[in-house]
Amino acid sequence: MKYQLVSGFETHVELATDTKIFCGCSTKFGASPNTHCCPVCTGQPGALPVLNKKVVEYAIRAGLATHCTINTITHLDRKNYCYPDLPKAYQISQFDKPLCEHGYVELESGKKIRLTRIHIEEDAGKLVHERGHTLIDYNRGGVPLIEIVSEPDISSPEEAREYVEKLQLIMRYIGVSDCKMQEGSMRCDVNISLCPEGSDVLGTRTEIKNMNSITFIERAMAYEAERQAEILDAGGKVEQATMRFDEATGETYVMRTKEDAQDYRYFPEPDLLTVHIPKERVEEIAASLPELPLEKLRRYTGELGISQHNARLLYKYKAVCDFFEACLALGAGAKNTANLILGTVYSTLATEEEKEAFDIKVSAGDMAALVKYVDGGKINVTLAQMTLAKMLKEGGALSQYITESDLAGVSEEQLISLCREAIANNPKAAEDYLAGKQKAIGGLFGYIKRATQGKADIRRAEEIIKGLLSQK
Amino acid sequence: MSGRIAKLSSMLKRGEISAKELAEGYISRIEREDGLLNAYASNTFEYALSCADEADKLIRSGRATALTGIPMALKDNICSDGHFTTCSSKILQGFKPYYDAAVWEKLRAQGAVMLGKTNMDEFAMGSASETSYYGAPSNPVDLSRVAGGSSGGSAAAVKADIAAYALGSDTGGSIRQPASFCGVVGFKPTYGAVSRYGLIAYASSLDQIGPLAYSVEDAAIIYDAIRGQDARDQTSLTTASGATSLDIDVSSLKVGVPEEFFGEGVDDEVKEAIEGAVKLFERAGAKVKRVKIPAFKVALPVYYIISCAEASSNLGRYDGIRYGYRAENFADIDDMVVKTRTLGFGKEVKRRIMLGTYVLSSGYFDAYYKKACLLRGRIISEFDGVFGGCDILLTPTAPTTAFKKGTKSANSTQTYLADICTVPASIAGLPAVSLPCAAGAGGLPIGLQIIANRLCDGTALSAAAFFERTSGISSENCGEVKL
Repeated sequence: MKYQLVSGFETHVELATDTKIFCGCSTKFGASPNTHCCPVCTGQPGALPVLNKKVVEYAIRAGLATHCTINTITHLDRKNYCYPDLPKAYQISQFDKPLCEHGYVELESGKKIRLTRIHIEEDAGKLVHERGHTLIDYNRGGVPLIEIVSEPDISSPEEAREYVEKLQLIMRYIGVSDCKMQEGSMRCDVNISLCPEGSDVLGTRTEIKNMNSITFIERAMAYEAERQAEILDAGGKVEQATMRFDEATGETYVMRTKEDAQDYRYFPEPDLLTVHIPKERVEEIAASLPELPLEKLRRYTGELGISQHNARLLYKYKAVCDFFEACLALGAGAKNTANLILGTVYSTLATEEEKEAFDIKVSAGDMAALVKYVDGGKINVTLAQMTLAKMLKEGGALSQYITESDLAGVSEEQLISLCREAIANNPKAAEDYLAGKQKAIGGLFGYIKRATQGKADIRRAEEIIKGLLSQK
Repeated sequence: MSGRIAKLSSMLKRGEISAKELAEGYISRIEREDGLLNAYASNTFEYALSCADEADKLIRSGRATALTGIPMALKDNICSDGHFTTCSSKILQGFKPYYDAAVWEKLRAQGAVMLGKTNMDEFAMGSASETSYYGAPSNPVDLSRVAGGSSGGSAAAVKADIAAYALGSDTGGSIRQPASFCGVVGFKPTYGAVSRYGLIAYASSLDQIGPLAYSVEDAAIIYDAIRGQDARDQTSLTTASGATSLDIDVSSLKVGVPEEFFGEGVDDEVKEAIEGAVKLFERAGAKVKRVKIPAFKVALPVYYIISCAEASSNLGRYDGIRYGYRAENFADIDDMVVKTRTLGFGKEVKRRIMLGTYVLSSGYFDAYYKKACLLRGRIISEFDGVFGGCDILLTPTAPTTAFKKGTKSANSTQTYLADICTVPASIAGLPAVSLPCAAGAGGLPIGLQIIANRLCDGTALSAAAFFERTSGISSENCGEVKL
């Protein structure tokens, strides 16, 4: 039988606040174990939580950027369960009154993945298994999280990828999280069920816990969908279960079934007060939101006329967009700016992290000036690329690289005589071209580039050469 | 009556005795008497002497306050940096917090001298301090009787003067009821008036720290020293009134007497004693009226549902992993946690954890926890209604005087009834003071409870000071210490 995949996501995103959600400890990743700890985040007897206001603000930002309604009166709840990484034996979370509700994330197709809710909660510590011992690092304990719960609107692994990527981008754009899945600042629980194609009766779902790579999410979903299909085809029933994905084998396996499902005994956190958020504050936050990823992509390809391919390579990185748009604001043309960034600058930034950080030695001002020379035909693209490459390597101002004489360019008369010289000195290339070998003309350009040290406008030279040759 | 604190403080300030000598005096009294009383769970004598040195410096430099150099004790559930704080439970054996509770921070800054941690019901769960892992403290008035609970050690220590005063905690009556049994003054402030930071939680929405003292004046001095908002406790309040002045115009005071507090189970001698106190207020010109709080009858179940629910969550952290007691011979981590909790908690604590877990579990949440919260709202609004026409309420603190050791703890529900008069004010977060008002059969003290409206802590204490002054009954003459 053919089945339709039905999937909903629970996504945990670590918020990039400087301090933890209920104490003043640092949230910085990568410190020595148990150095970012205090009585509060290690659950010492007698310690009490104090809600970090910044966490609420960040979560509201995330909610507004995903079109949620903000509950301006909300509270926190205790989720009780016993695990060594949870030092209080309860997680402070939100149960019946999440901060944000009823939002959506729009995919490029225009399809909207609805969000049920976004709530705030604390992260747990981390267990480290070493030489037969289990050690606990509580540095991560109390790091603020938002949990973003989607409706079961995702219908394929590809849609899942786009949903996660879009979420990631949105969170980065609004500055609430770096969403680094490899560092665990973004993690997904994936719910999957199948229903017979054409039917709208939902099947029994399984939940794959704690996925920290988009590629693995796709693989796990594909594997799990097939596993369920096999069960159903054989006339069996899918058992509601929590699963793990084994990255080595690419298979999912059952962690626990519904019978041993936990009862979290949620109740309102008595150590914290009801949170009242002034409506004006929500409006202020809404007004401070930047242009969101999908809007940006659509503007780049539409208004700015950048190709889909290039626009996508730009909008993936917030810092790149900021730089790109700063150049445009200074009068640089969109296409030449985009080409120089994607060609020359990107070639110096090997990793995703480097592109995300976009820490380069060239200022937007110099970049804009350089692009404007190209836009105005004062220098050609090759020179611009060479200059930019040097500046990226060595730093320094544009004026150190491009001199007045470079900008003087090559006059039309000089260019015509150079073109004649080129033909005269390369008779073979000229003949080949005339014989139909289009590529042969390159040899003539090479001559002109060398003679002018790259200053000549090659496009103009091409016109001249073609004119001269056609007269032959 | 001038208090014990004022008397000692003036001796210190006049140089008749140094803080160190005073501390040494108390230490030797503890060494002599506490074997019988068992009021202390642990002592901090060395620390006390170093506190006394600090106090002497403060006194010499003229920066002494009323509490500088006064030897005192903290209940065994109030944290102090580097000292055993065990909630009188096996599961916290060996536990030394590495930070100070907000209240101790404040008192320490004033040069208070801490003698030790006082014995209590395990995790403050009990009304006789008999659930303590260290065994029950005795009532100094009659060693065969309980000191009350859960702050029984604090009350006994103050009564026997092996601490000039002590801090206790009150969740459903744990300061007031032992104060009543031992014949001292116990004050539970408005919920939030005193920071709970560093108080090991039993039931977070009810727990409140307060003083056990030899006089109302003493209680007021201590309360003023420890109250105030604390950024580390979001439930702490800015607005609770102080008690710097205990003056009160009783002729304009409206006194309510809620009849439900005098019902079945309350001993006649207790009823008579409280009626006597009511008459005293009336004679001084106060307007007395009989009032009704019908929700009184649900207060006890509401209290036990909410407090146990919160406790079941608060006590989840005692798993043997990070601190305190850890069971030996376990197969794996789950086994270790189960064995640690099985062996580390006493019967009563386990009973309340189970009860709390049950009322929060899915399927029962609405029927118990949610309903209890609704009824809590009703109790609060009934008190609000009553305080529309009254400034204070006069009631018994406990239905009986101190009972014999070992007679009630075997029967939990009967022990729970010992809290029936104190629990309503706890549920509503109201300030309430208990002070001696008469001696009953066998010379056992009877406590008068004065409840005031939320944030009117000063009113409760002023009315208590008036009674103490006018009646001539006090810790000093109500219930003779027999040591």
